[in-house]
Amino acid sequence: MNEKYIARSSEIAARLLGGEMMIMSAVDSTFFSLNEVGTMIWQAADGRTPLSEIIRQMCDHFDVDPEIARQDAEQFVTELSQYSILLVSDAPIEIPVPMSASR
Amino acid sequence: MTTSTAEIRRHEIAIEIGGVPLLLRTCDAAFRNLLEERYTGFVGASRNPRLQFDIDLVDSVESAPDEVEVTKHLGLWSLRRADFRAEWDAAAGKGRIRQSANPYSIDSVLRIVHSLILAQEGGFLLHSASAIRNGCAFLFSGVSGAGKTTISRLAPSDVTLLTDEVSYVRPRAHGYEACGTPFAGELARVGENCSAPLSTLFFLEQGSENCVAPIHPSDAVRSLLRNILFFAEGDPELVHLLFRTVFHFVERVPVRKLTFLPDSRVWDLIG
Repeated sequence: MNEKYIARSSEIAARLLGGEMMIMSAVDSTFFSLNEVGTMIWQAADGRTPLSEIIRQMCDHFDVDPEIARQDAEQFVTELSQYSILLVSDAPIEIPVPMSASR
Repeated sequence: MTTSTAEIRRHEIAIEIGGVPLLLRTCDAAFRNLLEERYTGFVGASRNPRLQFDIDLVDSVESAPDEVEVTKHLGLWSLRRADFRAEWDAAAGKGRIRQSANPYSIDSVLRIVHSLILAQEGGFLLHSASAIRNGCAFLFSGVSGAGKTTISRLAPSDVTLLTDEVSYVRPRAHGYEACGTPFAGELARVGENCSAPLSTLFFLEQGSENCVAPIHPSDAVRSLLRNILFFAEGDPELVHLLFRTVFHFVERVPVRKLTFLPDSRVWDLIG
């Protein structure tokens, strides 16, 4: 299976609050809040770390079955990419400079 | 020529909400009078308006969407809905509104224009009632049916009602303040044109007792975003500003859940 790489879109505003990553699309102002697992994937989505490696870190951190972790992570990535707030590629992604900084 | 100029002036009116005057011009004296009556208490001086609009009264506007559509292109804001069209040049501070001679369309235009002005300045319009008690302002927000009108109706005589429908919130030196608006809900009563530092934002829920409970900050952010009137959904700059404002607000203003019985004792918990 081909390796996947994921990166945060630059067209979002995001902020971590109480362990939840809160994200708003700057394109259509759709709002998302991520649970602890989603937040970990989001923070690891640097465009360079393969998704398989992110899933391995998830398994270490949350003590979950690797196959369940893989299914959950792929579903999560697919959903966020449909809203264009997460970019997915078969090759490493160069993250563009954010439109404006968010704390 | 002098008569003509004087006549144009007679048909001007400045509506000042949150200390922001918008000058409206119409060729129809009756419509101008309708605005003066509708916005009693919010008619200000027409010098130095933030924006000025010429209103073209027409029988019907060109084909437009049922839901409001707000766009900005090359510094020109455009608002479209089935019952009105409005455009203005942000840099020049001038624009035009096309609508029929009714007070509802202009009311919607004013809400949208103020929401855009506030978004740029770190404030917002919120679906909420608001009131002043003992020199402090309180917001009561919630979905339709949560009790905005009810809590406004139950307010005792020492409470100054700012609105029962749409609150005007803007930043000040050390926090935020709430200003009165003429945007009325079921109470059909224009708010008082005054302001006070904001003390607490309550999210309303009707229940079997009167009580106040804390809200987790992330829930406060979610609830606040759901209830802010924000129309520039496709404008990245304003989306970023709004996002920043919401977090800034939640960090500075206490946000609580107010569960209440529909009786006046709920006001014992406020102010």
